[in-house]
Amino acid sequence: MKKTMILTTALVATGFAASANEINVVSWGGAYTVSQVEAYHKPFEQLTGIKVVSIDADNPATPLKAQVEAGNVSIDLADVELSDAIRLCDEGLLEPIDPAILPPAPDGTPATEDFVDGALQDCAVANIVWGTVIAYDTTKFPENPPSTLADFFDLEKYPGKRGLLKAAKRSMEMALVADGVAPGEVYDVLGTPEGVDRALAKLDTIKDSVVWWDAGAQPPQLLADGEVVMTNGYNGRFFNAMIAEGKPFDIIWDGQYLDYDLWVIPKGAPNLEGAMEFLKFSTDTQRLADQAKYISYGPARKSSAPLVGMYQDGKTEMGPHMPTNPENMKNVIATDPIFWADHDVELSERFNAWLAS
Amino acid sequence: MALPTYASPLEKTWHYTYLVICGLIFLFLISPILIVIPLSFNAEPYFTFTSKMLALDPEGYSLRWYDKLVTFGMQAPEGERGAAFWSDFWQNAQWMQVTKNSIIIGFFSTILATALGTIAALGLTRPEMPYRKQIMAVLISPMIVPIIISATGMFFFYSWMKFPIPSFEGGFHFEWVRLAGSYFGIILAHAALGIPFVIITVTATLFGFDQSLVRASASLGANPRTTFFKVQMPLIMPGVISGGLFAFVTSFDEVVAVLFIADHDQQTIPRQMWNGIREQISPAILAVATILVVISIALLTTVELLRRRSERLRGMSPQ
Amino acid sequence: MTDATAQLTTADGRPLKAALAASMAVRRRRAFLLVAPLFLFILISFIIPIGQMLLQSVHNDTFSSAVPALSAWFDENPQGSEIDEAAYAALAADLKLMKAEKTAGSAGTRINYDVAGTRSLFTSTARKADKLEAPFKEAILAAEPKWDDPNLWRAMRSASNPYTIDFYLAALDMTRDETGAIVAVEEGQAIYKKLFWRTLSLSLEITALCLLLGFPIAHLLATLPMRKAMLLMILVLLPFWTSLLVRTTSWMVLLQSQGVLNDLLVGIGLIDDEGRIQMMYNQTGTIIAMTHILLPFTILPLYSVMKTIPPSYVRAARSLGATSWTAFRRVYLPQTLPGIGAGGLLVFILAMGYYITPALVGGADGQMISNMIAFHMQKSLNWSLAAALAAMLLAIVLIFFWIYDRLVGIDKMKLG
Repeated sequence: MKKTMILTTALVATGFAASANEINVVSWGGAYTVSQVEAYHKPFEQLTGIKVVSIDADNPATPLKAQVEAGNVSIDLADVELSDAIRLCDEGLLEPIDPAILPPAPDGTPATEDFVDGALQDCAVANIVWGTVIAYDTTKFPENPPSTLADFFDLEKYPGKRGLLKAAKRSMEMALVADGVAPGEVYDVLGTPEGVDRALAKLDTIKDSVVWWDAGAQPPQLLADGEVVMTNGYNGRFFNAMIAEGKPFDIIWDGQYLDYDLWVIPKGAPNLEGAMEFLKFSTDTQRLADQAKYISYGPARKSSAPLVGMYQDGKTEMGPHMPTNPENMKNVIATDPIFWADHDVELSERFNAWLAS
Repeated sequence: MALPTYASPLEKTWHYTYLVICGLIFLFLISPILIVIPLSFNAEPYFTFTSKMLALDPEGYSLRWYDKLVTFGMQAPEGERGAAFWSDFWQNAQWMQVTKNSIIIGFFSTILATALGTIAALGLTRPEMPYRKQIMAVLISPMIVPIIISATGMFFFYSWMKFPIPSFEGGFHFEWVRLAGSYFGIILAHAALGIPFVIITVTATLFGFDQSLVRASASLGANPRTTFFKVQMPLIMPGVISGGLFAFVTSFDEVVAVLFIADHDQQTIPRQMWNGIREQISPAILAVATILVVISIALLTTVELLRRRSERLRGMSPQ
Repeated sequence: MTDATAQLTTADGRPLKAALAASMAVRRRRAFLLVAPLFLFILISFIIPIGQMLLQSVHNDTFSSAVPALSAWFDENPQGSEIDEAAYAALAADLKLMKAEKTAGSAGTRINYDVAGTRSLFTSTARKADKLEAPFKEAILAAEPKWDDPNLWRAMRSASNPYTIDFYLAALDMTRDETGAIVAVEEGQAIYKKLFWRTLSLSLEITALCLLLGFPIAHLLATLPMRKAMLLMILVLLPFWTSLLVRTTSWMVLLQSQGVLNDLLVGIGLIDDEGRIQMMYNQTGTIIAMTHILLPFTILPLYSVMKTIPPSYVRAARSLGATSWTAFRRVYLPQTLPGIGAGGLLVFILAMGYYITPALVGGADGQMISNMIAFHMQKSLNWSLAAALAAMLLAIVLIFFWIYDRLVGIDKMKLG
């Protein structure tokens, strides 16, 4: 018994000592995490000797909140959506980040002007702009392929299972736009009880044909396995499946949902200094441009845009695949972070009740 | 089970139908376990038999998914398979790390569960034990309480509770470490979950134990210590070992408590599988599954042999 | 002779009865001491954590700790008092405090559990709190007219006490109206009662299937010659020893629409390629996979009971003129009842707590109450509600555990 204890404590002690020179970074897994590892983690480790441990979560905001509230924080840095960054900051769960510490653009433009609008928050710094889009299996619809958000809800013209993110956010806006609401008015409509009913009624029309997913890596897999013929998902994941793995998918660039991903640091992060170092390093102009080499997400700095070129295969131009490409911005739904920061809990509750009924 | 000679034709028909039904149920029991084995050698990234596989064409089969298991997470997966490759594998390969964790956690939680469980079983089977049923109910409860409830309870309590570990940096002192996110915490949790299995198997062996052997040993002049180690211990050992194996399997297969209280440092095989299954069940998962099936066959054989030995020793074997 | 019942004494002259009692006490203490370490271990590592978690179902101070001024006002003014300027002044003071302490989100979330759609009131008004000036009632209502809701004030009064049964009400799809009376929630919002029923009915279906499939197998094993039975027994025990995740993965491989089973059905022409059957991500998937996983738990107890039934009973019944069906129904079946009870109850208890398998193959309508507890633990982070649901599930499970103990006896539980 005694030996057991000694051995165990030795194990714990080594695990504990090792954490001094590493940071735990939580992100969304799959192709997206790979792009971050290539563009940020590896060069950062080489430069500083600080080990970056990459952890996957369906949505990093939830384990972060759970950890801070349970008083057991092991996350140093997390990649979260804009509304979650604002909400977590409002709830006092994040370390404030002073934008003055961020490096300026190569031409000397200060970070506060170099980042696109909304990319710098009180407790968060954006790294990418990304879109939630619909993708479909081209082999299933060889003629007259679907082209609009409304087609996603048209089971007669395009029969087959649909994949949908199991969350109120994005599903409800998508449903409203497909139902004819102008993208600019989505949040006015969704702010009313009638609007919520209308979104759920629209979702009701396909409810029996939906396969729900949780993690960002699932939708391309569901398409590839033939479990669904059409699904929503993150544009970079589909890009990866189409270009890197050669899957017969295509993206419907109608009514895509634009959002930021931002770095945040939880209150009580075990390695605050290391996390700040990493945050400064990974959001400089070159690093943000580098990431676009591995996945089709737009960099959050204006100065990075001209540096974006080819995909890592050396022959695919990234421009047309970017969610921010003007061609792809038809009917774009821009997320209203304050709306979701305020209403996420309420609408999720409604959505779950609807889901279970 | 042979049919009596006087069976009517109807009974004969029924008898054979019954055998067919049993055969189908056995197929239902065993086919999901065996199906993963050939599929893990699929040359294509599919979860179904390709035409080449069905034609038994060697080209339809490959070890690529096993290769992927080896190289996944390594720093230089393409390197030549020399000493450097295997040291990289040992240190960085994802499945190697989780295997190490599973073994460490499984080993210590099994020792803890078996030691405490066996001692308690000795007390529980004494006829004079007060409140035996009630205490037994408490000790069995980790098996009965839904795992999600146990895991959430542990999540809060282990997040809050700290334990001291000795540290020599800057003079000897104790450093307070949280249970959640430490090996120690998961070992405690898994030991608790494994204890009912130890209690059940060891008490079952002890109830079958002939107490007159103890009296015989005492009357021949052995002190209680000698009696325990020379008489009782060898006879209950098979029960203790199979209880321990149950506890090990419980830990080796447990994912919910790990989901709730482990950090990335303590990820185990099932935790890694859970990730893989939810995101994409590539045939690499089937390769892991195949390896685990082979391990369970080995464990099952051990337990069966032990059980027979135990029955033989106690003269209970019907053969 | 009044001394007819003279006390027996031991050699050293003590009364025998007392000496026996003393020696018994020593032996009892010894037995207890052997069990004590494990008992303590389970208490600390298992029972106390669950107890502490369950406490959260009746205790939640996220709102009460954020509103000192409102709490004071609620203490002074009983239920039914007019919501006056003083109340609004207290609210304004607390909103300012919330802004400074960044507690508006969590305080609002707590009220939102009770009155849906109110979290945003707190966050948006707190954002403007610094600009609020007297008269506060006007200022606050000008900022957000929804503050004028008596139900909201009722909810705030109730939440200003950290101890509450509201989460149990929520777990039973109930809420309170503005007078504080308990009412059912609206039709579209009720989920938990339905989910409890679904958990019970799914568990029942799975138990019934397990018994149905387990009975013939156990009977076959019990009547075959030992050697053959041992070989077949391995087919039962192997699944039992195989990892739960492996078995669930296998079922996913088998049941997928592009999986082995559908391919087989298409291959033999039973269905065409368009008509592949959806067997996964729904209740069917949960039922099939869980039946497979729990089947050994019925076979083993049934087998050990059937082993003890002498075949001569049925033979006697037959020789007395009973048909084989009558002999089975009137003589054999009643004797297997203890096995059916033990196996059935154990499977039912285990099935109710399943989480992994429904989460992976269950889709939306194959989810059980455990999955909802996990959802509130990990996603919505409504820990008090998760604790209330857990307490109710635990209560149901313990009732059946108690029944199991009465009927079978926990010390009779056997593995393999």
